[in-house]
Amino acid sequence: MILLSPLAAIGRSTMAMLSAIGRVTLFMVSAIRHLLTPPWYPREFFTQLVHIGWLSLPVVGLTALFTGGALALQIYAGGSRFNAEAVVPSIVAIGMARELGPVLGGLMVAGRVSAAIAAETGTMKVTEQIDALVTLSTHPMKYLTAPRLAAATLCLPILVAVGDSIGIFGGYLVGTTRLGFNPANYLANTVDFLEFWDIASGLIKGAVFGFIVALMGCYHGMNSGRGAQGVGRATTNAVVSASIMILAANYLLTELFFTA
Amino acid sequence: MIDISSLHKSFGNNHVLTGVDLSVAKGSSTVIIGGSGTGKSILIKSVLGLVRPDSGSILVDGEDVTRAERDAFLARFGMLFQGGALFDSMPVWQNVAFRLLRGSLKRPTAEAREIAVEKLRRVGLSPDVADRLPAELSGGMQKRVGLARAIAAEPEIIFFDEPTTGLDPIMSGVINELIREIVTEMGATTMTITHDMSSVRTIADRVAMLHGGKIRWEGPVGEMDASGDPYLTQFITGAADGPIETVR
Repeated sequence: MILLSPLAAIGRSTMAMLSAIGRVTLFMVSAIRHLLTPPWYPREFFTQLVHIGWLSLPVVGLTALFTGGALALQIYAGGSRFNAEAVVPSIVAIGMARELGPVLGGLMVAGRVSAAIAAETGTMKVTEQIDALVTLSTHPMKYLTAPRLAAATLCLPILVAVGDSIGIFGGYLVGTTRLGFNPANYLANTVDFLEFWDIASGLIKGAVFGFIVALMGCYHGMNSGRGAQGVGRATTNAVVSASIMILAANYLLTELFFTA
Repeated sequence: MIDISSLHKSFGNNHVLTGVDLSVAKGSSTVIIGGSGTGKSILIKSVLGLVRPDSGSILVDGEDVTRAERDAFLARFGMLFQGGALFDSMPVWQNVAFRLLRGSLKRPTAEAREIAVEKLRRVGLSPDVADRLPAELSGGMQKRVGLARAIAAEPEIIFFDEPTTGLDPIMSGVINELIREIVTEMGATTMTITHDMSSVRTIADRVAMLHGGKIRWEGPVGEMDASGDPYLTQFITGAADGPIETVR
């Protein structure tokens, strides 16, 4: 019996994890179905574009600026060990476009937007506002989930593009002011070595991460427990699960894009 | 109009409804009373399809609610929620006119606003409340806005979930009178959940007491005091001693 109890605990957690995956998958399928079928709520969609996209610009921009700067310093320090300081502009650009722009942008938006969506929809759930929507002939998946999913999926690639540019600019600032690069050469090296697919792959990643951010926010919010504690837990779970899923999806997409 | 038969609903080992039978006639006002946690809200939410019952049937005008076309079915209903359930992201008038701004009952914005202001006036609120946010209103005003929203699309059936909870006795009396007046005016069929006996006496034509997952007593409000049912009598009088177990 004593020997069996650890096995039972492993079994229980495995079952709980599999059932959670199943619930999230069903929620996702339902959300996509509602996203693709009318009625649509354009006003809600535009509101979410502002909340998710426009208001995330400062946080994504600042993250990218400092990351680009730090990246330039690190690559310079590492490159100087084998006389490869000249690669700073191209590695900063490729690193930002392929990995750091989408991943850090996605993670920052996960912290800001997943939490906000989960807290808002969770509060709506516990104060019966979601039930009220149903009694007013409005499907919560169409009115709450679909506009957020669409807005986040569209906004994240744009945020990633802006973040990539600001990150590269951060590297340029540090490279030209601290590391002694010639401004014209720095820009030429950036442009010459950056390929279309470096940027496109980052933008596709951004769209996937945006979808994950909104999906996790809505899923945890709509399944929130009762009271302040329930909403608090939903918010935490949304941020944690969105962040982990972004990192996992990033690895899978990188495998798919760059090793196939 | 509403026929509920042998309705069962459990949450895990908690058997909330264990065979509820209840009929509500067209144009009548039925009040469901019962202690906290006896499943009154679950009963109403089952009729609206917000909760899926385990077994039993709910017919509205002979049509099974689980098979009815959802939009058309829900368009016949209005509901006042216990906490108001107003959408705090939008101003009061958009809350009231919510159904009139989208979906099958959509009207031009100006017309929807006009109707909202008129409904607000009907529940005793001035037009300047229309542009305020729900969070800026007192509890009594939020209930009135909830009531205005419930009646905005002139539904045939209205549910009231604890309409006077959290209000002072005078405001409770005002809300009870308003509900009675509006329901009589509209000729709507209503189901109200409450433990407030002053609400029962003002609003009800008929009273049903839910206890132990079943309807314990059902009859006209006038016969309630002389029912002879010890459970109902204990509930009405609020006695601590009686057949209904109380935790001290």
